[in-house]
Amino acid sequence: MQELIDRAKELLKDGTVVRVLGWKKGDLPYNPEPHIFTSAEELDKDFIYNGFCGANLSKYMIAATRLEGKTLVFLKPCDTFSFNQLIKEHQVKRENAYIIGVGCKGKLDHRKFERLGLGDIAEISGIELTDECDRIHVKTVYGEEKDLDYRDVMLERCFFCKTKEHQIFDEKMLDSKDTVAEGADRFEEVKKIEAMAPAERYAFFRSELSKCIRCNACRNVCPACNCRHCVFDNTKYDTPQKANASSFEENMFHVIRAFHVAGRCTDCGECSRVCPQNIPLHLFNRKFILDADDLYGEFQAGSDTTTPGPLTAFTFGDAEPAAGLERSRG
Amino acid sequence: MQRIGVFVCHCGTNIAATVDVSKVAEAAKHEPGVVYAVDYTFMCSEAGQNLIAQAIKDYGLTAIVVCSCSPRMHEATFRKVAEENGVNPYMVEIANIREQCSWVHKNMDEGTPKAITLMKTAVAKVNLDAPLQEGEAPVTKRALVIGGGIAGIQTALDIADCGYKVDIVEKEQTIGGRMAQLDKTFPTLDCSSCILTPRMTEVAQHPNIRLFTYSEVQEVSGFVGNFDVKILKKSRSVREKDCTGCGVCMTKCPSKKIPNEFNRGLNFRTAINIPFAQAIPNVPVIDKEHCIHFKTGKCGICAKVCPSHAVDYEIQDEVIEEKYGAIVVATGFDQIDLHKFGELGYGVSKDVISSLEYERIMSATGPTGGHIVRPSDGKEPKDIVFIQCVGSRCEPDDRRGKTYCSKICCMYTAKQSIMTCDHIPGAKCHVFYIDVRTPGKMFDEFYRRAVEQYGVDYIKGNVGKVTPLPNGKLRVHGVDLLDQKEVELDTDMVVLAGAIEPNPSIRPLATKLTLSIDNNNFLNEAHAKLHPVEAATAGVFMAGTVQGPKDIPETVAQAGAAAVKAVALLAKDKLKTNPCVAQPDELYCNGCSVCANVCPYGAITYIEKEVRDHGVRETRRLAQVNPSLCKGCGACTVACPSGAMNLKGFTNRQIMAEVDSVCQ
Amino acid sequence: MSVIERTASPEAMLEKDTLAYLGPAEAKKSEGEFVPKIVAFCCNWCSYAGADSAGNARASYPTNIKIIRVPCSGRVNPLFILRAFEKGADGVIICGCHPGDCHYTTGNYYTRRRMALLISMLDYIGVDKGRVEVDWVSASEGARFAEIMNKFADKIRTLGRNVRLEDIRCRN
Repeated sequence: MQELIDRAKELLKDGTVVRVLGWKKGDLPYNPEPHIFTSAEELDKDFIYNGFCGANLSKYMIAATRLEGKTLVFLKPCDTFSFNQLIKEHQVKRENAYIIGVGCKGKLDHRKFERLGLGDIAEISGIELTDECDRIHVKTVYGEEKDLDYRDVMLERCFFCKTKEHQIFDEKMLDSKDTVAEGADRFEEVKKIEAMAPAERYAFFRSELSKCIRCNACRNVCPACNCRHCVFDNTKYDTPQKANASSFEENMFHVIRAFHVAGRCTDCGECSRVCPQNIPLHLFNRKFILDADDLYGEFQAGSDTTTPGPLTAFTFGDAEPAAGLERSRG
Repeated sequence: MQRIGVFVCHCGTNIAATVDVSKVAEAAKHEPGVVYAVDYTFMCSEAGQNLIAQAIKDYGLTAIVVCSCSPRMHEATFRKVAEENGVNPYMVEIANIREQCSWVHKNMDEGTPKAITLMKTAVAKVNLDAPLQEGEAPVTKRALVIGGGIAGIQTALDIADCGYKVDIVEKEQTIGGRMAQLDKTFPTLDCSSCILTPRMTEVAQHPNIRLFTYSEVQEVSGFVGNFDVKILKKSRSVREKDCTGCGVCMTKCPSKKIPNEFNRGLNFRTAINIPFAQAIPNVPVIDKEHCIHFKTGKCGICAKVCPSHAVDYEIQDEVIEEKYGAIVVATGFDQIDLHKFGELGYGVSKDVISSLEYERIMSATGPTGGHIVRPSDGKEPKDIVFIQCVGSRCEPDDRRGKTYCSKICCMYTAKQSIMTCDHIPGAKCHVFYIDVRTPGKMFDEFYRRAVEQYGVDYIKGNVGKVTPLPNGKLRVHGVDLLDQKEVELDTDMVVLAGAIEPNPSIRPLATKLTLSIDNNNFLNEAHAKLHPVEAATAGVFMAGTVQGPKDIPETVAQAGAAAVKAVALLAKDKLKTNPCVAQPDELYCNGCSVCANVCPYGAITYIEKEVRDHGVRETRRLAQVNPSLCKGCGACTVACPSGAMNLKGFTNRQIMAEVDSVCQ
Repeated sequence: MSVIERTASPEAMLEKDTLAYLGPAEAKKSEGEFVPKIVAFCCNWCSYAGADSAGNARASYPTNIKIIRVPCSGRVNPLFILRAFEKGADGVIICGCHPGDCHYTTGNYYTRRRMALLISMLDYIGVDKGRVEVDWVSASEGARFAEIMNKFADKIRTLGRNVRLEDIRCRN
């Protein structure tokens, strides 16, 4: 971590960049937050990069690269897909970004600590990328101490990590460690749902979506949700509005959101990570990805800055719409 | 709030028999915004139109709903009535209660409620209608014709005769195209060159026509009335203004063994060459690939012998930029490659030739001076077999050929057999055919002349194989379907009526002009019946075989049609543009380019523009729709996730309102 | 995959939604003969003209199918379809020109992809299969238009009322 701070200070000092977008220590040991640093002192004091720094900073670069001067940003391998995608959509200015591709050994899921009864962390060690050991030592505010396997509290998404290779960067720092579980299939959950009876699927999604409180955290964090004004807030469009008034709107908000990011979603998993109601929102995005891959050939949004997504392209021989139904297994 | 008038048409009994029209009018009175509702026997009649006009005056209507036949029928009529009476024509909505209601439902119990819903839906939409203004765009009074065959020549002459400037771009070094290669033309047997070359000369001398030969269209941008075209004028290495076309260079050129394309490779030409005597312009081109000077830096004989010092090896390619109001595509056809039909002996025996090669052999300007001889030994053939439909009317899974009928082969085969008999007294011609198709003026008579007068032996059936025999003859193995027997014929020469296909240059050109082409590379018309010479891209027209197989008179007729369409466009000082176009909302657009990605017309571009959003001033990348290019399909509106893109006349809110009304 | 194991019975979920809004007495009232509401989006150039041809040929189809005219099937936003369901439509059919015949060259190719994904998604969230359909009808296929409409109406009648997607506040 210190090398990241040192390098950031160096780039600030020599004028390469005028600000640094990174993670700042949170008020608690497990909630670091995205932050723009402008001085060496600030970096020394607050910069952090550890297992809890799951936030995808690409989204913040939309605003940052509109500012004058270069912004240094730390991007994990999966975040770089989002950055590429944002270049494709003209949302970030590449020339205003200095990207340090930073290594990753999987990020942590605080909910998993909670489930183990270790949610109220007072002190934690073993979560730095540079820590050799894959064991975590936790001390709670109640004085309870426990050793954990890193993978026991890792975010679900990291078991299906797309790659540990950065897709775009100016320089790379710190090495990654592999996190992919053996035989992992990121579509496993989707396929499981597809295999259910329609009534079961309906019940499952209703039970999940009825928890939605329309806090819009998913929308705010999603790098693909980069509209200036969301269609749900568009007064010139009689869409269901933000109010969480009925089952219809609960259902539709997420379906429409997923549809709007289809072909642009890099499957970064931030929507599910930030949902305070713990709704598995990635299941919508992955369904679209799986269908599009199956019907139109594999496509990974953000693997480059030019290839058009499946919804802005076509071939003369595309499958008929009913094919979307045939391929689902329910 | 709108002041809406609802007009319910009986259409005689067409509507009134299954829809209680007075009930529909009565129900309309309770709809929001409706201030007047009435039913009448024939709304489209003069009396009906007057009724609308009067109601506009009496009730101060701002919007009109007509419940009548399909909008495809009379929308224009009612819009005109509105406009003449001071209501914006786009404030008119039609509820289709005839084709989509009274005609498809049994009785009033069914028809009336549905008609009422359709009326309500139209009212819901018209409530959200906004007056739309047709845009205006200037017109550049100059046309571009791409292709200098008979189609292009005729189009250019017709446009030029109407007083407009025309440029012809031809990729070969002379105009004339395929027709210049033909011998006689069916069914009149007049000489192709004799009727073509005067027209070619006319083109060369016409004050309104500029000719760019040995040139290609490189880039096209802009839109109807305002195309910007870059034309690549390749270097001939001969100064056109100095050359007199004397041809001394050709006689002295030492590089003489180049297959002559004009004669379909049946003889040779020189590296500096004029393809035929009547070429326009009558100026040679140095073929850099074969010229000794360009290959080795030596030689230079042509430059030395040229009496007018016109040869200049230093001339470079030139790019000409010009603006055009209309573009006519007339790139013509080619014969398919017959090497794929090896079983018929093409490419195996020199005496198996294509019909176009046979034309060159028959032609007085051809490699044999018009004497019909076998390519292998120069002897006069006494027996010739013509095989029709080679590569035409193939099964869809037969990759070698085309599924369509090439249309001209039946007639030119009859012509070729007649001409053969005329040239070689006592010659015997056989024609293998699937069907003989002769729909045309004097066509069947012509074919019967071949059979009855010339004794041409027509055999209904296919040829499976042609094998060269040691004695120099060709054995044709075929079937006679009428006699249900196999046929074996020993003949001197075989002529294959190969399918015709669009000239391959159309593919890249179609991309440049955003034209749609079908599976066979023929251009698609805007409408097969009603817009047969217009491309879907406004301001682009088509003439000749680029659109489909055609004979010469059809091509000339279509060229005339294309010319009129082009002239009709050029004659306008301003173009009215369809107001129902996409429109982005500046405050909602985030410049993501997704709309431009799906636009088939290239109508969307992006600008950096300063906007004020809630008191914040900033420069943003914003989508911009060119209303002259946009055709209002609305694909962009769906691609846009934020709903920033909308379609005038079919706005999101309007369609939502219709949905709501329909679902009530 | 703990996330996908918590399922209540679908009836319970529906009942909960409906009861919350209508109360038990009202919720039961909506029985009776089922006449589905069907929205057909037809592109102006082929399918709307095809519907006109059906009229010219007097080829009948149920009255409960109402046509909304759009310039191109590519104009049909998934939001419109969801809106229809919200307002109580039981089926939505989108008709466009046959692929390759689009008046706007490419519009229906995008429709084909968009709708394939949308239909699959609606099925995925457990809304009955086949409430949304896409078909291609040319201007000359009047009889076929009527046939498609009849078939679709039959299918929706079999599927029954759309209770999983409608917004019960819009019930009338």
